[in-house]
Amino acid sequence: MELQITWFFLWGLLWAVFFMTDGFDFGIGTLLPFMAKNDKEKRTMIAAMGPFWDGNEVWLIAAGGVTFAAFPILYATMFSSLYAALMLILFALILRGVAMEFRSKVENDSWRGIWDMCIFIGSAAPAVLFGVAFANIFKGFPIDANGYHGTLLGLLNGYGLLGGILFLFLFLEHGALWLCIKTEGELQARAYRFANGVWWVMLTVALLFLIATKYETRLYDNYYANPVLFLLLIVNVAAFVQTKFFLMKKAYFTAWFSSALAIVCCIFFGIIGLFPTVFPSSIDDAYSLTAFNSSSSPLTLKIMLAVVLIFVPLVIAYQTWAYFLFKDKVSKEDLEEAY
Amino acid sequence: MDVVLLSRLQFAAATMFHFLFVPLTLGLSVLIAYMETRYVQTEDETYLRMTKFWGKLFLINFALGVVTGITLEFQFGTNWSRYSEFVGDIFGSLLAIEATTSFFLESTLIGVWVFGWKKLSKKAHAACMWLIAIAGNLSAVWILIANGWMQHPVGFDIRNGRAELVDFRAVVTNSFAWLEFLHVVAGAFVLGAFFVMGISAWHLLKKQNTDFFTRSFRIALPFGLAAALFVSVVGDFHGAHVAEVQPEKLAAMEAHWETKTNVPFYLLVVPDEKNETNLLEMIEIPGLLSFLVTGDVNGEVRGLKEFPKEDRPPVLITFTAFRIMVALGTYFIIITLIGLFLRKNLADSPIYLQVMLCSIPLPYIANLAGWIVAEVGRQPWIVYKIMRTADAASPIAASQVGISLVAFILVYGLLGAVGFWLIARNAAKGPETANLAVN
Repeated sequence: MELQITWFFLWGLLWAVFFMTDGFDFGIGTLLPFMAKNDKEKRTMIAAMGPFWDGNEVWLIAAGGVTFAAFPILYATMFSSLYAALMLILFALILRGVAMEFRSKVENDSWRGIWDMCIFIGSAAPAVLFGVAFANIFKGFPIDANGYHGTLLGLLNGYGLLGGILFLFLFLEHGALWLCIKTEGELQARAYRFANGVWWVMLTVALLFLIATKYETRLYDNYYANPVLFLLLIVNVAAFVQTKFFLMKKAYFTAWFSSALAIVCCIFFGIIGLFPTVFPSSIDDAYSLTAFNSSSSPLTLKIMLAVVLIFVPLVIAYQTWAYFLFKDKVSKEDLEEAY
Repeated sequence: MDVVLLSRLQFAAATMFHFLFVPLTLGLSVLIAYMETRYVQTEDETYLRMTKFWGKLFLINFALGVVTGITLEFQFGTNWSRYSEFVGDIFGSLLAIEATTSFFLESTLIGVWVFGWKKLSKKAHAACMWLIAIAGNLSAVWILIANGWMQHPVGFDIRNGRAELVDFRAVVTNSFAWLEFLHVVAGAFVLGAFFVMGISAWHLLKKQNTDFFTRSFRIALPFGLAAALFVSVVGDFHGAHVAEVQPEKLAAMEAHWETKTNVPFYLLVVPDEKNETNLLEMIEIPGLLSFLVTGDVNGEVRGLKEFPKEDRPPVLITFTAFRIMVALGTYFIIITLIGLFLRKNLADSPIYLQVMLCSIPLPYIANLAGWIVAEVGRQPWIVYKIMRTADAASPIAASQVGISLVAFILVYGLLGAVGFWLIARNAAKGPETANLAVN
């Protein structure tokens, strides 16, 4: 019981860390065709995430792997039910990954144009689709004893789309802040103006999402039952406000960190509201998957807990080291070296 | 076509495409780490240029390996949900352990290695490549423990309709998995070595950067020879173990129908699956198959007819893939041995260089053939003797899988073509000129 509860929150944490880290890559990739005025600026934007995106993406693999290991029935049901949506995400991620590597290898405008488009699609599509998927998880799926009855278009309901838009704007803000940290001059000024302006949009979408959540989901039930949980929402709003505050003070790293905290809070807002459900049925609660009826055996949960408790802190340690190693502005050498 | 067949085709396409890139990542990372270490030790700039030249090819290949790996992690859930539910306890945890212990390290350090030339000391930068090589090969350990469990399941009980873990130690010490790992990794090292030797041969034939490519060739040559010898020795042990725990697979690999003692080995065989016999058996070596399988020329080798038809793997595919793999494995040993004699006059051995250039695709074929033996030879089981492949697929519409299969073939085909074209283009360009490389 305790093991399953622990794993439920660890599962949420891995997804949250994935969105917190790879989120800024998605944001930068989406901004690429609009913010950069020339090839050098494009290369600078790509180099701003260059040393990190690969490691960031592994949080997705870890989240997927942990879903498989700790909640195999959830893994099997969720990914086979959301088959088409997941395939779209995977193909988009494939495009992004190869485009980052291929783009610089040939000096030709149309060649680079193709891969720029792939980076854009490979960043914007997963951002939106992950938002759509999570909003639908909050809402519940048409699932019963005979399996899943939904369609890809069914996922694109109003609330799902709002979730997609929310994720996209969270990541756009997050990415623009990272560009403020890693670039200088005109590009940085543009990123700064964008981050400043888009913050209002992001906040509006987030508030709309909070309101829609009240009518579209049962997430608030847990909050009403334990009002102390509303503290999380307060922290979430505070993190948003802090983001803006430090951005205006041009303390970019603190602003980015606040934005990271805001993203983690957003994910946990949903995770706490879901508890202990992991895949709710919109037809009848009896068919909902929970942390208790979809988990692995206690032995697997224990072994995996030991692995995660040892290795995840280690991963965080060396990834933090890598972030500090490349905390400086993108340099001329960076552009020559790789992109 | 039904959803099982479509899902199998999709999985085969996705996995084999992934495995076009993984072996080079495993093999070449070790060679590059060695080159960079030599640079740290000798301060000889040629080693640095080698590191950068081969590193560039490595990175293009690495990107394709990574992106094609992501889809695999999720395909068990999308296409094989019944299997995933059944084995998540064990198989899922091994994949999760792979990500947390190995793949994180490899992916994080790749970024550090690419951008860290100026930020790290020379030693630390070389150490970074060693860690990448180790992490990559450690990934292979976990993935092959997972595959080894499907081949020879151990350490579990069937409870609540699922295979639940009862003995983790038995799972990670599964001898099938470790023989498989050693065989696969050695095969990957052969591929890495032949890649370096083949491209070096091309430049040597063109008489450009002779010193650079002679030295690259000579680094790869002993590595390739050692790996080629190792892969066949381990392969021999692996085969004997397969005969013990998966006798149907061994019988299919050899197209061996009747259980007999003192079984000969025929160099030429044409199996006839329908009539449960071989159309042709020529050039007999008496007692050899018995000897290879049991260590005794009079040993008994179980034949396919001993097993019910519905439990036998497809014979023709398994047999052909196995023959191709063994023939190529033998060729790798012979051709690298010849190289050992010519190593002092490589530039003056155009025929040998031609042969080595044309040999680049062969380890790819051998590696894929090996996987076909392992996976097709396990059929009709997805988990040997525990779960049938036919019972493992997701309960989803065949049309969905059909569409994604077409998408996989198109996208992968296109990206693969572009990827190999880029590798070839950069390989042909040759290394940076001397004094540029340091900065």
